[in-house]
Amino acid sequence: MDWLGPAELEALRLSLRVSFWATLATLPFGIFVAYALARWRFPGRQILNGLVHLPLILPPVVTGYLLLLTFGIQGPLGRFLAEFGIVVAFRWTGAALAAGIMAFPLMVRAIRLSIEAVDPRLEQAGATLGASRPFVFATVTLPMILPGVVAGAILAFAKAMGEFGATITFVSNIPGQTQTLPSAVYAFLQVPGGEAAATRLVIISIVIAMSALLLSEYVGRRAAARVAGS
Amino acid sequence: MSLSVRMQHALPGIDLDLSFDAPSGVTVLFGRSGSGKTTIVNGVAGLMRPQAGRVAVDDWVLFDTDQGLWLPPHRRRLGYIFQEGRLFPHLTVRQNLAYGRWFAPRKAPRENPDKVIEMLGIGHLLDRRPAGLSGGEKQRVAIGRALLASPRLILADEPLAALDDARKAEILPYFERLRDEVSVPILYVTHSAAEVARLATSVVALQDGKVVRHGPASDVLADPSVAPAGIRAVGAVLQVRVLKHHPDGLTELDAHGSRLFLPQIRHRVGEDLRIRIPAQEVILSSKVPEGLSALNVLSGTVDSIRSGDGPGAIVAVKTPAGIVLARVTRRSVAALDLRPGSPCHAVIKTVALAPQDVGGRIRSGD
Repeated sequence: MDWLGPAELEALRLSLRVSFWATLATLPFGIFVAYALARWRFPGRQILNGLVHLPLILPPVVTGYLLLLTFGIQGPLGRFLAEFGIVVAFRWTGAALAAGIMAFPLMVRAIRLSIEAVDPRLEQAGATLGASRPFVFATVTLPMILPGVVAGAILAFAKAMGEFGATITFVSNIPGQTQTLPSAVYAFLQVPGGEAAATRLVIISIVIAMSALLLSEYVGRRAAARVAGS
Repeated sequence: MSLSVRMQHALPGIDLDLSFDAPSGVTVLFGRSGSGKTTIVNGVAGLMRPQAGRVAVDDWVLFDTDQGLWLPPHRRRLGYIFQEGRLFPHLTVRQNLAYGRWFAPRKAPRENPDKVIEMLGIGHLLDRRPAGLSGGEKQRVAIGRALLASPRLILADEPLAALDDARKAEILPYFERLRDEVSVPILYVTHSAAEVARLATSVVALQDGKVVRHGPASDVLADPSVAPAGIRAVGAVLQVRVLKHHPDGLTELDAHGSRLFLPQIRHRVGEDLRIRIPAQEVILSSKVPEGLSALNVLSGTVDSIRSGDGPGAIVAVKTPAGIVLARVTRRSVAALDLRPGSPCHAVIKTVALAPQDVGGRIRSGD
């Protein structure tokens, strides 16, 4: 990676770290929420569905500002977390939080689709054979939706790599701390002579986004074939 | 072991209100679609919660609204064989078979997996996935999976309905083995009179969510008012033994001293079989028939005459081979002057004994 300057390399590394943790940390919640939306009928289901999709339809700046109000140093959750020594404001963890929340709807949508493709009668069959609900989930549902989960995670990772609006609003644009790839592109474009560095980062962004999309499509197709093969 | 079921459940279009006992062996729930058969089985399995009732295997209660007791399906120790198999597509046959065993209590009496695999003839399929199996193979694996879960109760919901006739003939013998070798009660749902004739130890005939008749297969099938397919499904069930295979392609059967002939069947000489003779394939004669092409004539006396709606009547003839049923017109009954006790000859067309109606009682070690 000699053709990248140290600042660019740092932005790439930070983005990969932020996106990795954003995806990994939201995955369990994503599976749970997707399962609840696909399989359970409960009051407030539509509200939950709306909340999950909110980051997708709100201007990212608004999401970032809401995060700042909630998780900022003066925010209620921010102060609560600070009691345990966890500070997310203006840290890379905050960037991961913003990226995770922005990627969450995409992840939930992909996983929910794969759960809806699983025949509930197979889960019933598992129950008649002695498996309790958690065991049925672990031995029947989860293995069958695994490709869908992977596809959702890849999509979420790509989205997290590209997250800009909410991140810059919530945790600003601090090199080495919160300056992710898109923030770095934006910063390079603000200074004279930064176009070359910005272009290099743009190419990396395109490659990562494109490979993620193709990979996710491929895994999704395999998932469909697998569930259909009953 | 014995299963007792009492259930009340109101559904749109049908009010379930029934109770019956199912001892060891096969108890068939027999009725038209919409008579509540599957709802009952799902209630017993715990996949559906009836509004009121009680389900117990001996004194082990699965469900009792009076006591407010309801075991979830996974604690009911079931072996449920579904119509569509419902094998896990992401697991191999071997893993499918092992699934229920994994959750069964350690001290539960266990079937030997090798014995079950051999009995079902699925040894060569173990490493395949369900997507690569034929319908008949899938259903054999589904039987094995249910059996290896160490069930205290086996449920089968129209397990043959999705198969063609050839596959049905392939699977039926395995259910007969199950009936003869497994000590737990088997609750078997079907609307096929042929399956009832071959498998049933006892039959619970259902109509609109009520039990209209409960008894041995030969009794229930002889009653035109309960047969789901109406009068066409009425038939007699006879216990016979294979006597001889003749070189002209016929097999001679012994039915308690009477001789019956049918096109060659694969069963071995000396084997015990159940055969079903549909009532509409039987002609009655008041004199000893002469100059007829039919080979099979059973002589006896009229036991009972039942008329349904319309011009038809079912005449039960008591012969040394057992009760034979004939579907005739009421006009013929009058013309032959048939009354309970009058002597009579039942002429059976050979073709009536179709292979899918010929059932075996396959003993272990065969």
